[in-house]
Formats: sequence, C-alpha cells, structure tokens
Amino acid sequence: MFNLVLLGMNHKTAPVEIRERLAVSCQQHVSPLHLMPRLPHVDEMFFLSTCNRVEFLFTSRDHDLALAEVKTLLLDYLGNPPASLLEAHLYVHENLQAVQHLFRVSSSLDSMVVGEPQILGQLKAAYREATECHTVRVILNRLLHKSFSVAKRVRSETMIGSHAVSISYAAVELARKIFGELKGKRVLLVGAGEMAELAAEHLLAQGVRHMTVTNRTQERAFELARRFKADTIPFDHLGDGLRTTDIVLTSTGSPDPIVSYQNVKSRMRERRNRPLFFIDIAVPRDVEPKVNEIDNVYVYDIDDLQGVVDLNREDRKREAMKAEHIITEETLKFQNWLETLEVVPTIIALREKAETIRASELQRTFTQLPDLSLKERHAIEVLTGSIVKKLLHDPILFLKKKADRDSKELFVDYTQQLFNLSDGNGIASSSLTDSPVDAKNETKMLKNINK
Amino acid sequence: METLFLIVATICYCLGSAGYFVYLLRDREVLHRISWGILLVGAVFHGCAILLSSVSTGYLAVTTIQNALSFFAWILVITYLLIQLRLQLRILGSFVSPLIVVFMLLSLFLPAHIVPKSGIFQSGWFIVHVTSVFLASALFALAFGAGIMYLLQERQIKKKNFGYFYSRLPSLERLDQINYLCLVLGFPLWTAGLIIGFAYASSVWPSPAGWDPKEIFALITWFIYAVLLHERLAVGWRGRRAAWLAIFGFSAVLITFLGVNLFLKGHHTVFIR
Repeated sequence: MFNLVLLGMNHKTAPVEIRERLAVSCQQHVSPLHLMPRLPHVDEMFFLSTCNRVEFLFTSRDHDLALAEVKTLLLDYLGNPPASLLEAHLYVHENLQAVQHLFRVSSSLDSMVVGEPQILGQLKAAYREATECHTVRVILNRLLHKSFSVAKRVRSETMIGSHAVSISYAAVELARKIFGELKGKRVLLVGAGEMAELAAEHLLAQGVRHMTVTNRTQERAFELARRFKADTIPFDHLGDGLRTTDIVLTSTGSPDPIVSYQNVKSRMRERRNRPLFFIDIAVPRDVEPKVNEIDNVYVYDIDDLQGVVDLNREDRKREAMKAEHIITEETLKFQNWLETLEVVPTIIALREKAETIRASELQRTFTQLPDLSLKERHAIEVLTGSIVKKLLHDPILFLKKKADRDSKELFVDYTQQLFNLSDGNGIASSSLTDSPVDAKNETKMLKNINK
Repeated sequence: METLFLIVATICYCLGSAGYFVYLLRDREVLHRISWGILLVGAVFHGCAILLSSVSTGYLAVTTIQNALSFFAWILVITYLLIQLRLQLRILGSFVSPLIVVFMLLSLFLPAHIVPKSGIFQSGWFIVHVTSVFLASALFALAFGAGIMYLLQERQIKKKNFGYFYSRLPSLERLDQINYLCLVLGFPLWTAGLIIGFAYASSVWPSPAGWDPKEIFALITWFIYAVLLHERLAVGWRGRRAAWLAIFGFSAVLITFLGVNLFLKGHHTVFIR
C-alpha cells in the first residue's frame, strides 16, 4: 500500500538563516521536481517553496527509503550542511496528517500571517510547475485540487480572510509607530516581489506620496514605476537613494545583502539622523542585520514582522478554530477517497454490475417462462450465478494480483473502462463517504486481498 | 484656609494621577478627560492657596523650599494642562502627573522654616526670574516625561519585543517632536530667567558672581540644554540621544533646584532655607 508523506520546514520550525539557504539553492538549481529520476522510490511529488516554507509532498510505496531519498536531495540542495543541524528544523507528516497539513497551508492557517491570501496563489503556481514536470498523478492531483477547494471553503465560511492582516500590513503599522503620519514620507522599493508590491500598495493607501523604484533589470523597474506612479533610480545608485528616503522595502533575490552597515552608517549624518526604516521581505535577507544597531535605523526582516503580527492575531483565533474544524472534516473525506483508490471498489463495482445484469436478465427470463417449477428456477439461478462467477474470476484475480504493483492504477483504470464502471470515486466512493460502516468493510476486504 | 486649599489641591492631584494610571492600563478617553478635569480643579485650588499666601506675605510665595516646590508643582500642572490642550497626547498625563504628586507631597512634608521678610522679594524682577525659570523647568519636566516614553517605545521597536506599551505609546516621531517643542520653548525661558537673575542679583548683592553653587549648577544645566539644542539644529541629533539628554538635563534641573537648596550653601540659601 502507498504512503503519502510530507517533509518540510516552515517559519515556525526553522530560523530565517536556514530557510534562506534553501531559497538560494532553489534559485540556482533546477527545480527539485526535475530530479525525480533520482528518487526511484518516490511515485508522485509536489514541491512548494515560499519565503516562509519549503515543503516536499510525495507518495511512495516504501516510505522509509523514499523519505531518505528526499532528505538526501534536500541536503544536496543546501550544500550538504550537517544533517543533524537540518534534522531539528524538519517535520514529517504522514498520510492523514500530511493531508491535514496541506489543507492548513492552503487555507493559510499555517501562514506567518494567518489568513493572508498569497499562499493559495503560491500553491497553485507550484502545482502548475508540478503538472508541467508530470510529477503529480492521480493522488496528488486530486489532493491538490481538494486543497484549493478547502481553502475556498475556509475563506467563504469563516472570517479568517476578511480581516487577514498580511505581513505587509503589519509592516505599515510598524512604520506608523516610527513615523506617526506617513503622509509626505518617501518610500524606496528595491527589487520586485509580490509581498513588496503589496506593502507598497498599503503604504500608498496610507498617504505616502513619493515612491522610488529600483531593480536590477531596468524594464521591471519601469513597469513598477508606471504602476505606482513612481520614479526610478539605477540599481547602482541605491546608496544615494538612502539619503532621501524614509522607508526602504527590499525584496530582491540577491544571495548577499545589498545594504551594508557601512552604507547606512555613512549616510546617517547626511540624513541629519532622520529615522530610516528597512522592511526586508527578501529571503535571503537584503539588509545586514547589523544595520539595526545604528541609531534611528530600524530593520525588520520577515521573522521580525511575526512579532508585530502576533499582536493582532488574538481576535482571529476563534475563526481559526472554525477553520480547523472544516479542515478536519475535509481531511476525513479525503481519507475515504484514498481508501477507495485501491482495487477494492473496482472489484466491488465489477461484481455489483455483474450481479445487477444477472438479476435483471433472470427477472426477464422468469416472466417469459412462467411455467418453470421452483426446482428449475433454482437450477437456472445457480447456472447463471456460476457463469458470472467463473467469468469474473480471472479479471478479479488479475486485479488482486496487481493491487500492490506500481501500475495498479492503470489496471484499475482499464478494468473500469472495459466494463464501463463508474470512475475511481464512483459508486463505491459515494457509498463510502456516506456511511463509515462501508468504509470499514472496504478496509477489511482490502486486508484480505493483500493477504 | 490656605492649608485647606493646599490639601484639596493635593487630593485632586493624587486623584488625577490615579486616573491617569488607570488610563495607562485601560484605553478609555473618558478617563483622560476626568483626570484632566480633576487636575484643573486641583490647579485652581492650588492657585488660590498661592495667591492667599503671597498676599499675606506681600511677595511671591517661593521663599521657602516648601513654597518653592509647591509653586513649581503648580507651574508644572498649568504647563501640562496647556500643553495637553495643544498637543492632544493623552498618555503624556500618565507620565507627568506622578511628578506633580511627588513635588506636591514633598512640599507638604518638608519641614517649614520661617524666612525673615526682605525687600529683595518684592521686586517685579524677582517674580519674572522665578516664574521664567520655573516655567522652563516645567517644560523640561515634560521633555523628561516624553524622553522616558521615547526610550520605552524605541527599545520595543529596536529589540522587536513588543510589550504592553507598544500599542499605548505614540509614534517615535511624535515623542521626539514633543522633546523638541519643550526644548525650544524651555531653553529661551531658562536663558532669560538666568540673565534676569544675574542682572537683578548684581543690583541687590554686592558680589553677584560669587560662585554660588546654585548659579553654577544653573549654568551647567543651561549648558546641557544648549548642547542639546545646538546638536539638534546643527547636525540633526534626535531620537534616543536627544531623549537621554532631556532626561539628563532634567536631572541637572532637579539638582539645581533641590540638591543645592538642601545640601549646599550659597547666595540662594540665604533666603531659601
């Protein structure tokens, strides 16, 4: 039987230093999905990497071997840091827990800012990539689609999204505590990321008038400048920009810090010590942490913003409980579907279909031949029964034999098409989701088959 | 009558201060308004007491350490009430009202001395000197309060460790502006007070620059604030350093005002004893 495994780390388990290492690696290398051939024990794989999390979701028949393979892949990516160092920050969820975790991620319950909407988009983008690499098939396809619909359900049935305070909003709140009024403040946008753009929009909404954009690629800078009605400066002149600006939003993909202690320190006198606020959304960080030590300079990286976010998270806890409930419910539903994925339902459907045909044909025959004695009727019943049984014997045996093969789905699929049975989650699945008793029978039967 | 007024004023200050303390814990605007009102009532009674006492002696009642403290407390209340109207920074009350209570209680509990009447006190210059110096001190006290608030808030933002005060305290920029405002208003007053004091002293005392400790400390204080103002204007000093200097400066004011009176001898101690 296959296992569903989720291996990953997020902002709760790993410090930004570790996560940024991974993010760097992922930019330099090809997506780990392209390395699927290196993972012989992994059947399907999905890979998600955002600035707050890295998750590998995969299915496998040999859980231990597959997990070891994925971990090796992860270590390779990170440039082989001591495995023990990484191990402490990793979490592994299996089957039901993996499903639940994914649903929590998609509904933004696991986000740094609970309820923020970006994660769903990131998840969808990652899924698109996985489909392009053909690393997701029956199970993960279904699971990911389900995770999108769960996210939608959580969003529409709870208030969690409506007062979702995103990181960017938290950053704006912080700017208010430093500057008071934001009207007339100058903002410098360095690099272009979705989060930074969101923060920039928030700042504009708060009355910031002067915005300057700089980016390594000029075209992108111009594009952003048009959007925010901003000026642009060349990326090399970033230092001069620091002289006049009040709030700096950085989100470049640079592997090394682009703003150093000396950069800022030397400009504070020219600035006449006016406060300078760095919002560093980039992973890896764009601003040296040491910059925060300079008087009147405040540096917040993505982990620090967590602290601000915590302040207004309390009132969302109640809604989060509701969301958790939805997720538990959906997780159980998905588990039921998973169980039906095995051959059992197909066999049941096959038998049911044959039995229905036999019953209706018998019915017709008996009405045409009303003179038959009870004994004769019985004989015909036995005859038809054994024909059906013998005819189905080989296909069923075949399916049972293939039940623990990788190619099982293929055979299940063929069988279903051949006999025109409803699809994998057809009759059997609906009856399963409706009554848990059936689910138990199914599992029992599955065990017998596997023996 | 006078004592009664003083007691009523003290009770008002205590109540107002308590009100502001509750306001610190609970963000209800009505608490601020009640406390502000109580302080105002206290100030009215206090003013009457000072007036009565001044009328009965024939000169401004600041000639004993008790009277001086009481007068300073009164000036501080008035300054706070006015500045509050101007700035609308309610939480400032929570930091300034305890100071008022401390000065008021000190003035009530320090032993009283009878000072012989003297013609020196009757001059208008004397009143101007005392009032402007006290007004400057009161403004410096507000800057001190704002400085403490600034340091509390700045620490939280810098250390990224958000405690209770984060949401209750205003923005850093705002606090720094108060610091500046109080400095800009207080420094000229202090300067004027000192000049008038020296000028007047030279007319009534044979050796005006007698290295009186109070005068020396007053000059030191002046120097501290002069540095602060200069650095602010010239190189744009602000924030944490300015807040520390405001706190440091007010300590110097206290030493000038109280320390010298209580522990050292000199010109001023001749009559404030």
